[in-house]
Amino acid sequence: MKELSLHLMDISENSINANASHVTISIDENTLEDRLTMSVKDNGNGMTPDMTQKIIDPFTTSRTTRKVGLGIPLLKAAAEMCNGFLKISSQPGEGTELIAQFQRSHIDRMPLGDMAGTILHLVVGSPATHWTFKYKVNDANFEFDDQIIKAELDGIPLSEPMVLSFIRNEITNGIKNISINEY
Amino acid sequence: MPTIKSIDDLKKIREEALKKQEMKSASGQKQIIVGMGTCGIAAGARDTMKAILEKIEKDNLSGIIVTQTGCIGVCEMEPIVQVQIGDAPKVTYGKVTKDIVARIVDEHVLAGSIVKEHMVNI
Repeated sequence: MKELSLHLMDISENSINANASHVTISIDENTLEDRLTMSVKDNGNGMTPDMTQKIIDPFTTSRTTRKVGLGIPLLKAAAEMCNGFLKISSQPGEGTELIAQFQRSHIDRMPLGDMAGTILHLVVGSPATHWTFKYKVNDANFEFDDQIIKAELDGIPLSEPMVLSFIRNEITNGIKNISINEY
Repeated sequence: MPTIKSIDDLKKIREEALKKQEMKSASGQKQIIVGMGTCGIAAGARDTMKAILEKIEKDNLSGIIVTQTGCIGVCEMEPIVQVQIGDAPKVTYGKVTKDIVARIVDEHVLAGSIVKEHMVNI
């Protein structure tokens, strides 16, 4: 994966597969502490401590469980390569939260990439899920919550051309307003 | 607080979309499904999804449902795109790049003829 936003998309896929009805994706960039923290939190099936340990290790993953794969080990390796870490906390029946942290200025840290694309595709591609996206850069905040849009559209599919443009603009502008130019 | 600038914009969008829906013939639902497992994303599925959504926006194509699915087991053929029109059986396409997206939408989704050379059997 070449972008952090692709990892976030991939991790979010696990939440969908775990039957989550609400997924919150957060990114926090702190230039003072030189950290970039991102998380995916869901209210899906959750996992036992044993399972939580297992999915971090690519060599003990079992293909019989669909939510298990290479996605998490890949992100863990990327974070650790940049003086960071990956942490998962989960409770069966409660949900799962995955946190990955990077040294923001690390030469090997992937760019965030097309985050607007990732959120748009998740919102449109999995319309039954409630998506929240929180982006923080130092003291500036942007939050996107698809419930407001869905309530207003009242059943009109999100893949209608005008709706796509609207959501794309919302997210793109929101991100652009607070992000610090990189690369 | 979420920052939705103009709820009024959304209201307008909704009204226009409703009008279009009424005009649409009952030819059956058109659905495009993109494989978004780790394998798909690593192979470029987000660009494929992006190309589909941009095509819908650019050509103002109303009435197409675009959704995503996880890994369907043919990782070597990713990015995978499936098309289902009404009750017809689902057609699966493999190694769908941006250029192939345009053909699939124009020829299959809009005109109803399957793009045979990019089909995969699963």
